[in-house]
Amino acid sequence: MRLLRIVKRSIRDSFKSIFRNFSLSFASVSCTVITLILVALSIVASYNVTNMTDKIEKELTVIAFVESDATKEEINSIRKDIENIDNIDKKNIVFRSKDEIKKNIGAENAELKSIMDTWDEGENPLQNTFVLRVLDIKKIKETAASLKNIKKVTLVKYGETMVERMINVFDLIKKVAIVLVVALILVTAFLITNTIKITIFSRRNEINIMRLVGTSNSVIRMPFLFEGFLLGIIGSIIPVCLTIFGYTYFYESMGGVIFSNLVELVEPSKIVYITSLIILVIGSVVGMFGSGQAVRKYLKV
Amino acid sequence: MEFIEVNNCYKIYKNGVTALADASLKVNKGEFVFLIGSTASGKSTLLKLLYREEKPNKGEVYVGGVNVSKLRDGKVYKFRRKIGIVFQDFKLLPKLTVYENVAYPLESYGMKSSEIKGSVLKALERVGLKDKYRSFPHELSGGEQQRVCIARAIVNEPKLILCDEPTGNLDPETSKEIMDVLESINKDLGATIIMATHDKEIVNRMKKRVITIKDGVVVRDKKKGSYDNETIKNSKA
Repeated sequence: MRLLRIVKRSIRDSFKSIFRNFSLSFASVSCTVITLILVALSIVASYNVTNMTDKIEKELTVIAFVESDATKEEINSIRKDIENIDNIDKKNIVFRSKDEIKKNIGAENAELKSIMDTWDEGENPLQNTFVLRVLDIKKIKETAASLKNIKKVTLVKYGETMVERMINVFDLIKKVAIVLVVALILVTAFLITNTIKITIFSRRNEINIMRLVGTSNSVIRMPFLFEGFLLGIIGSIIPVCLTIFGYTYFYESMGGVIFSNLVELVEPSKIVYITSLIILVIGSVVGMFGSGQAVRKYLKV
Repeated sequence: MEFIEVNNCYKIYKNGVTALADASLKVNKGEFVFLIGSTASGKSTLLKLLYREEKPNKGEVYVGGVNVSKLRDGKVYKFRRKIGIVFQDFKLLPKLTVYENVAYPLESYGMKSSEIKGSVLKALERVGLKDKYRSFPHELSGGEQQRVCIARAIVNEPKLILCDEPTGNLDPETSKEIMDVLESINKDLGATIIMATHDKEIVNRMKKRVITIKDGVVVRDKKKGSYDNETIKNSKA
């Protein structure tokens, strides 16, 4: 009961203190708002960059050409061999017979169709192919090599040099994005704790008075912790709204893509809630932590 | 053992200043004691030893049977609940109203709100500030702020009240009012009061026990004493 009363009073006092120390609260909240907006922006941006690179990587295909004289049985055994390669996406193994390819090309280009129409049955010089996707794009080189080792596979194509360069660049972009987000979060934490520390520094006299009238350290600390927590939450509201509504608006006004269909944006519902949660957690935890740290400094009996 | 005992205390601050050198005194329950001496004579330090803001380098301090000089940091707050402290600069919480300031200690101990209300109003009535309970400290005069401070000191009904120059910032008329309040608390509630001051008029008028400190030593202790300029001046020489 006693503890409950103390906790209840701490919460009440923290609200009181936020309102009565309005200018100090305002300073902490504005610092929190600005830094958390930056964090939100960086998280949303890095989600989109990762999404874009992932998508491009997934669309990369490896094509294995099969010798023209391969029989149906041989083609089936090749399929089995392909399935045995770890890095191959088993759900996405597509076999295209030469007749199918001929038909496809014909449908796209009338001139080529007229040429191809002159071919007799069995004269088709095109090759049967397997269109494949890999699970881990970094191992595409090894996968291509093992594909080539399969009997009756003559050629494996995946746009070698271009793909390898792209993989490196994407890898770097992803790493940079993560480092940026983490660095920004750290800087934010530092800024928010410091602002709160300064506001509490101006109230160290109050802490001293509380100690003199016989208040225990934990009871002194409690309202400050709640206050830091509340200031963090209040400071997260605007960044969270900006994330949810701002990004949705941006997504819709851009039609879901940037520049062309090449760069698709991530659907808002997929990222705004998790980003908001991250923002809220950073705001509240950092606020509470900063506050606790600052009070502890003045609590030496 | 007496209610308060200070036995051969030494206090040397980190900057090398010797505030107390072999100071000793005894105070009985219910006494009203003036602690006088020039600035830097050690009277504030002596009070600080009594409420355990400072620890003596040597010697022992007993308050109500508790060895304050050996009190662990984590237990100081519990000890302070048994004493009331009145400061020269009032030390009110600036963002709390009069009522909230007086209620603060009790609230932080976790007392029931209904009990707190009764105690706070009683304390405010005693110092004559019941009608200003909703004001903030900055809206009050110095004398009124000091009365709030006294109300806060007595709200927990302590057996000991320590006053560190409570009239130091007040004019003579207001000082007299404050002393009347303190004297009534001493008489009606039976609280022991130890008051450091250099207000000559007050000391001479009240005719209480006077303890004179010079250079960190108790040099004179007289029942119904007066402000002895000679002793204090000599201490400077």
